[in-house]
Amino acid sequence: MRQSVIVVLLIVAMLLLAVANLLWGSLSIPVADVVRILLGGQVAEHPQWSYIILESRVPQMLTALLCGMSLSACGLMLQTLFRNPLAGPSILGIDAGANLGVALVMLLLSGTITLGSLSVSGYLLVIVAAMLGALCILLLLLLLSAFLRNQVMLLITGVVISYVTGSIISLLNYSATEEGVHNYIVWGMGNFSGVSMDRLPLFCILIVLGLLGAMLLMKPLDAILLGERYATNLGINVHRIRNCLLVCTGLLTATTTAFCGPISFLGLAVPHISRMTLRTSRHRVMLPGSMLMGACLTLLCNLLCTMPTSGSIIPVNVITPLIGAPVILYVIMKRR
Amino acid sequence: MLLQLNHLTTGYGKLAITPDINATLVPGELTSLLGPNGVGKSTLLRTLSTFLPPLQGEIVLQGTSLKNLSASQLSRLIGVVLTERPDVQNMNVRDMVGMGRSPYTGFWGRLTAEDEQYVTEAVKLTGITALEKRMFSTLSDGERQKVMIAKVLAQQTPVILLDEPTAFLDFPCKVETLRLLRRLAHEMQKIIFLSTHDVELALQFSDRLWIMHAGEVVIGKPAELSENGELSRFIQTDGIRFDPSLMSYRITEK
Repeated sequence: MRQSVIVVLLIVAMLLLAVANLLWGSLSIPVADVVRILLGGQVAEHPQWSYIILESRVPQMLTALLCGMSLSACGLMLQTLFRNPLAGPSILGIDAGANLGVALVMLLLSGTITLGSLSVSGYLLVIVAAMLGALCILLLLLLLSAFLRNQVMLLITGVVISYVTGSIISLLNYSATEEGVHNYIVWGMGNFSGVSMDRLPLFCILIVLGLLGAMLLMKPLDAILLGERYATNLGINVHRIRNCLLVCTGLLTATTTAFCGPISFLGLAVPHISRMTLRTSRHRVMLPGSMLMGACLTLLCNLLCTMPTSGSIIPVNVITPLIGAPVILYVIMKRR
Repeated sequence: MLLQLNHLTTGYGKLAITPDINATLVPGELTSLLGPNGVGKSTLLRTLSTFLPPLQGEIVLQGTSLKNLSASQLSRLIGVVLTERPDVQNMNVRDMVGMGRSPYTGFWGRLTAEDEQYVTEAVKLTGITALEKRMFSTLSDGERQKVMIAKVLAQQTPVILLDEPTAFLDFPCKVETLRLLRRLAHEMQKIIFLSTHDVELALQFSDRLWIMHAGEVVIGKPAELSENGELSRFIQTDGIRFDPSLMSYRITEK
């Protein structure tokens, strides 16, 4: 009962925040005009407003929403799989792989290919590079998971991968041009506005595929909460489920990192916030709950980033740790 | 329904720990596995639970070798209670017991009215009705043990294997747990097999004992093993003596 009320409240909050994201922006457009444009009308004296609403605010809102859903779903699945409250999408090194791909393109190739941050071909190259990087790490993990039957070993492997990619990225940064380094740093700050209307369908399809995959794993995830042996005794093939989980989280992490940059902390923090409010571990409730909670938070972050008062846009990763860090501290204090 | 061990050798990889066991577990009996640390009790239980493959020989349940059963079939035949306690935050006792229904629930894991009935029954049998709404992580060791037993009852398996179910419990809890298991074996005609270090309690509660020495397993009813001297042989340390008249061990030197 309590849980259904909270889920309904989350849905309402998500819808309100989504609408707010359309109404607010770095340029202030009257509410009536926003509504008129959304309904297919025009504002005669400001033709560029249509472009801003339909080509910028709508895709940005959808990107933030889907990004929040997938990061939170990933965080939840990984926390269950590793039975570690501090696991998150970045823990397996999958986003480190995406980072490395992007760093290679931006830093190493910046001399040979002109990669203006806004040039279309350059942007697509970044996405492809991030996807390939994430995919390489994912394949490596799947390969290793045949030998590493133990979750902790897999977790440590992820951490080691992050260190190695980190050191390669440092080297690339060291020898790159100033402009390349700047572009890479800006990408690393996270951005929901990078998905334009024509790239949105691809982004949506990949995310929805990943989220559907996650939904299919809800029952085995519950069993895995009890530990590998109990799950096995309940008829779950833990090894197969783990591989399915890796593919799902890999797809989601790769897609969000490729399109939006590495969004920090949310994937780790949202499942905890959901657990605190929903007071359950059952994935039937937690997975949709976390997805909604994640969507609300990213929409809120996006709103804070584009607050009209500031006049310009703040990077997403400036805001997310402000939400994520206190939650993580709370979890550590409570566990002590 | 019988659980038979035919020339079963257990161990890890190439290392055989308990060689060539031939034995049968029968329904309606509480059987306790005794033996010193490191003799291979857990390895045997893990092999019976199919977490480990047998090195040689086979385990036959109701005429079928376990290796010919699928994971989902096994999950309806053999239930386990492990030494490790699940570390689950935010799961209440009723949901935990309900996890035992997983082998029977559909794709989304939703419990049907019938499942709920089995859960209620398991909760009643183990006497944890008052705890139903409590969070599992807030329970004492003894209460958790009962919840895990309720979970395995909800799983409705004819065989229940327990690895040291009385470890970490205070004395009244140990007695209560063994009394419960004995009652379940007798009343529900289940095969209940547990390992324990609480020798004297095992002597009182078990219908049958398996005493594991390095290289062999001696099987018999407590009274038989007392008579033929096996229980005296079991603990052969200076200063500890088995007293058959009292069915207990006495410390003769302090």
